Amino acid sequence: MTQHRKVVIVGSGPAGLTAATYAARGNLEPVVIEGIAAGGQLMLTNDVENFPGFPDPVTGPELMSKMREQAARFGAEYVTADADRVDFSERPFGVWVGDDEYRADAVIISTGAKARMLGLPSEEALLGKGVSTCATCDGFFYRDKPLAIVGGGDSAMEEATFLTKFATKVTVVHRRHELRASKIMQERAFANPKIEFRWNTVIDDVVGNGSVEAVELSDTETGETSRLDVDGLFIAIGHDPNTDLFPGQLDLDDEGYIITEPSSTRTSVEGVFAAGDVQDHVFRQAVTAAGSGCMAAMEAERYLEALAHAAATT
Amino acid sequence: MADIVKLTDQTFDETIGGSDKPVLVDFWAEWCGPCKMIAPVLEELADEHSESIAIAKLNVDDNPSTAMRYNVMSIPTLLVFKPGDTAAEAKRLVGAKGKGQLLQDLAEFVA
Repeated sequence: MTQHRKVVIVGSGPAGLTAATYAARGNLEPVVIEGIAAGGQLMLTNDVENFPGFPDPVTGPELMSKMREQAARFGAEYVTADADRVDFSERPFGVWVGDDEYRADAVIISTGAKARMLGLPSEEALLGKGVSTCATCDGFFYRDKPLAIVGGGDSAMEEATFLTKFATKVTVVHRRHELRASKIMQERAFANPKIEFRWNTVIDDVVGNGSVEAVELSDTETGETSRLDVDGLFIAIGHDPNTDLFPGQLDLDDEGYIITEPSSTRTSVEGVFAAGDVQDHVFRQAVTAAGSGCMAAMEAERYLEALAHAAATT
Repeated sequence: MADIVKLTDQTFDETIGGSDKPVLVDFWAEWCGPCKMIAPVLEELADEHSESIAIAKLNVDDNPSTAMRYNVMSIPTLLVFKPGDTAAEAKRLVGAKGKGQLLQDLAEFVA
């Protein structure tokens, strides 16, 4: 099946859904390819305390369901599957979802980012059996057990703090001697008696057969190795952009993020816009993603108006 | 339309042991975002493939001993049991997946 749309939005986190709300209110009748992981990273977030308009914490899934509903109210349509392929070399642009082909006058990409892994074979073998990337999902299984978490950013501190609700002790393993996390998250973690820090330390291996028994650590300064007995290892070492569809189609930076023009969501292809974490490795907040989603929808609208104007005058 | 069977620690052995089809058990909890993502996919699976596979779910909050017995340490975890065989799962899938991916992973069980 092939259908022609004014705007196709790929991705359904705060960026994609805000773009959908603006585009739908502007009568652009957007279709959102919301993906298998619909709702994006906030679906894995427990309490969101810093989204404007919510003085009481709102859960990530609840916030995303409200955003989805809001765009739907103005007529946004959803396709709950991943986009498999894109073609930005001809117009209208092509976006494929299984056997369905969408032809779009403008495309907004908001595919976000995903958790980075350490890349150890033992980590992969024990994923779901003691190795986890989702503290809010799996913390429950570690009641009265010792845990380790690797990472030094806001999400690592948030997850470490959350995990102390269950665990006897949470050891934060961080490869540097200071945290990247914001001041408030650091202070919370430092004040928590159940959280310990191992600075300048990396994880060499996850030990265990069928379940996690320990992690092997080494000190990046002295080279000294040690073993830390834990029942679980949580990974929170940052993110990689979801841009597997776009090499050769759009200009990406060295880390794979889509390059956008300054103060704009315009990509290297006119008519293709990018919003949210897929083009932002600096702020990576729900509210900045939503803001750039709004920008993308407004820029797409202007682009489509200019196209229509050009067509009418030639 | 096939219903998704709600299992408990008490009914697990009887239900899996008495099934004439493979059973997929979704280990889930209310507070788990990815579990909510996969739930509608499993409902579709239950509707469309009821001939070849039964779909069941087990709330790990309410039924911790079954989760422990199969060493489920992450949710959602999907375990597939062969008919009557509760000793060990025939297949283990961890994390939320889309329908296409899930059907591919379950190809040996789903007609």
